[in-house]
Amino acid sequence: MSTDFSFFPEAASTIAPRVDAVYLFILGITVFFTLLIAGLILSFGIHYRRGSKASRENPPTSIWLEITWSVIPLIIVIGMFFWGADVFVDMRTMPAGAMEIEIVGKQLMWKVQHPSGRAEINTLHVPTGQPVKLRMISEDVIHSYYIPAFRLKQDVLPGYYTDFWFEATKPGDYHLFCAEYCGTEHSLMRGTVTVMDPDEFARWSAQESRTLPVEAGKELFERFRCGSCHKGAGAGPGPALAGVYGSLVPLKGGGAVVANEQYLRDSILDPPKQVVAGFEPLMPSFKTLLSEAEVLQLIAYLKSLSVAE
Amino acid sequence: MSTPESVMKLSGTETHEPAVGRVAPHSAHAGDQPGRNYLNADYNLWSWLFTTDHKRVGILYLISITLFFFLGGAAAVLFRLELMTPRGDLVKAESYNKLFTMHGIIMVFFFLIPAVPAVLGNFLVPLMVGARDLAFPKLNLASWYIYIIGGVFTIVAVLTGGVDTGWTFYTPYSSTYGNTNVLAAAVGVFVVGFSSILTAVNIIATVHTMRAPGLSWFRLPLFIWAHYATSLVILLGTPVLAITVILVGVERAFRVGIFDPALGGDPILFQHLFWFYSHPAVYIMVLPAMGVVSEIISCFARRRVFGYKFIAFASLAIAVLGFLVWGHHMFVTGQSMYAGLVFSFLSMLVAIPSAIKVFNWTATLFKGSVLWNTAMLYALGFIGLFTMGGLTGLFLATIAVDVHVHDTYFIVAHFHYIMVGGSVMGYLGGIHYWWPKMTGRMYPEGWGRVAAILIFFGFNLTFFPQFVLGYLGMPRRVHDYVPEFQILNVMSSAGASILGIGYLLPLGYLIWSLRYGKPAGANPWDATGLEWQTDSPPPTHNFHEQPVVLTDAYLYEPWEPPAQGHLPQTPPQAHEPAVVGSEGQR
Repeated sequence: MSTDFSFFPEAASTIAPRVDAVYLFILGITVFFTLLIAGLILSFGIHYRRGSKASRENPPTSIWLEITWSVIPLIIVIGMFFWGADVFVDMRTMPAGAMEIEIVGKQLMWKVQHPSGRAEINTLHVPTGQPVKLRMISEDVIHSYYIPAFRLKQDVLPGYYTDFWFEATKPGDYHLFCAEYCGTEHSLMRGTVTVMDPDEFARWSAQESRTLPVEAGKELFERFRCGSCHKGAGAGPGPALAGVYGSLVPLKGGGAVVANEQYLRDSILDPPKQVVAGFEPLMPSFKTLLSEAEVLQLIAYLKSLSVAE
Repeated sequence: MSTPESVMKLSGTETHEPAVGRVAPHSAHAGDQPGRNYLNADYNLWSWLFTTDHKRVGILYLISITLFFFLGGAAAVLFRLELMTPRGDLVKAESYNKLFTMHGIIMVFFFLIPAVPAVLGNFLVPLMVGARDLAFPKLNLASWYIYIIGGVFTIVAVLTGGVDTGWTFYTPYSSTYGNTNVLAAAVGVFVVGFSSILTAVNIIATVHTMRAPGLSWFRLPLFIWAHYATSLVILLGTPVLAITVILVGVERAFRVGIFDPALGGDPILFQHLFWFYSHPAVYIMVLPAMGVVSEIISCFARRRVFGYKFIAFASLAIAVLGFLVWGHHMFVTGQSMYAGLVFSFLSMLVAIPSAIKVFNWTATLFKGSVLWNTAMLYALGFIGLFTMGGLTGLFLATIAVDVHVHDTYFIVAHFHYIMVGGSVMGYLGGIHYWWPKMTGRMYPEGWGRVAAILIFFGFNLTFFPQFVLGYLGMPRRVHDYVPEFQILNVMSSAGASILGIGYLLPLGYLIWSLRYGKPAGANPWDATGLEWQTDSPPPTHNFHEQPVVLTDAYLYEPWEPPAQGHLPQTPPQAHEPAVVGSEGQR
């Protein structure tokens, strides 16, 4: 039996101590009220046991008691709500300039693509002191990316990008689990998150030379001849793609949508879903031709077009 | 019924029969001969299988849910054994997944949801309101058959290969990827829902239309209030579950895109629909047990329940708020941050009516005359464990903490404190409290206390370590885990073995008591409810004479039982002369 045992998990992200503080506060409340109720039950039950000589005269019937034990808990839980909400809003507010790492989940595997071009499976290497944003999508069922030492978890959905961010604080190896039941070997869909000093991380990133996601995307763009329709403005049957990322795209049939990663993905895999105003729904779906990882590379390339303009 | 109406009805009764305050519109029934009761009115099997007597249907439910309870428990024994070691070595991953799925489906849909309403509710609601039967006796029998048909589908699903989706059937795993017997299990869950709906319809109609003369709403036992609130939740929620499992079945069988994005569906839509039912279902499971606890505490503290109206309205508040908090199961699914914040806030509010109940029960003990017998041990155990279950719910409603503990053993521990520490303790307390009424026999009190204490400590040893495991980060539904989680898992499995023995004991001595138990008499606990004013076991038509209610419920003052050992809620001995029509006085 392992003797490597503790009652409290390690805290290795900027958000972790803040979550622990809320947790300890609620724990204190819980212990207090549990002991209060247990103590009252035991002392009343023993003092007023059947046959004891304790006086039973003038039992209380007070509306003020009811109000007291309704209002005090109400104030406490509203306090809990605001504290928890404050931490949560910071968890969900993406900091500017975060390093973006892309993760594709599929049954029993987490595939990771770093912006440096390095890729890994079931491990994740990140530096300390640098906000990291994970953009995640699943190839099959719902998974959930869970790093207990960071106190963070985010479901990874098929068909929809989800994301979360963290800033690691302490170098070391931490558990990575899939928290959403995803199939027969769900329990083995786990790995390690390695937090490194920035220098060490830079060395690690440079160790293997890989193709940058942008370059892989450009290659896909050319292989599938996307440019034959998507030429410059008004020149082809498809809308121009330079500068499209982040722009407000008017849609056929009214309305408009911000061309974010989700929109670009859907337009490649399910083009008729949202057709750009002024164009015909001519584009075929690339659903059977592209993996989620390849779609992410294409999106990286499309984003680079926006920056270049 | 409004207050003036009840007073009018009551004073009308008094005009007719001022001395005894009873009327006897139907005094002689075939089954009401001396020595005859609902159990020995007929002996053949058909008289049970075609009975429309709510008490016999209750007994049929009791037998069937007991079978399902031990079936679900057997699955738990196997996976707790597997979890003794970090490696998945006792059973294969596939079998493990089928075991926890079977445990969940059986315990939730075939034990916890029907346990209190279909066994105790069926048996007691007509007795407590002074009626001859439920409003729709044939529907009541039909509900049992529907339950059995649903059960057969589920058993077939298990026998022909099992299901591995978890009781939550999350899509697209259940609708597209899982290659086990999802359809049969989904049909089972779909079918069994209708048995709950029929029970709920019956309870609502009975409480509205069949209360004894003088039994106004605020004279009802809190058991009835709790069942009424539960029935509303069942009626409003269960159809949504039925629709949801149909949609899963349609997507699975005909590849219609509803939940699977590969077919153009939305995977999160399923979770919204599922939890819209399944969160209120938590209250379906625990509210009736709260009703049981109110009865037991009041009887064995020999005091009127403290804050009767607060407890009654707390049940309704829980029923209403329960429908508005489903999103707290989905904080990390990628639902909008603002939706998460709203659901977090509403979830906090559910804590208040629960807290009100706990404080009122505790206050009922103050200046009472507390008898520490078996039923009371279960009821007090309920308060303690439900308090912990409810308070640990606050961790989950607090959105930042939920992100960490969601889908870990913290969740497993929390809902077992509510479901097992709450509902099962309440159910067992109720079975012990009303066993003399149901069977006419007393069980051995000493064995009863031993079992109750074993269950309390076994339960805590099983599930408390799981809170710690959850905060350490151990995900639920894993068959193989990292070695540092082992010590706590071994503690949990050890507790489960104590818990198992605790559950087998009542099975033994309760069956023993059927033959060897001392005859109970009509009212062995000197309780005030109407159900104690008739024989044990009751005659087929419940009461020899139509009872008429003149007072509030739970008038246990004076606190020591008087010499005649009898403190009825009904006349003749009008022990509290001024209470006629005095609503709301405590």
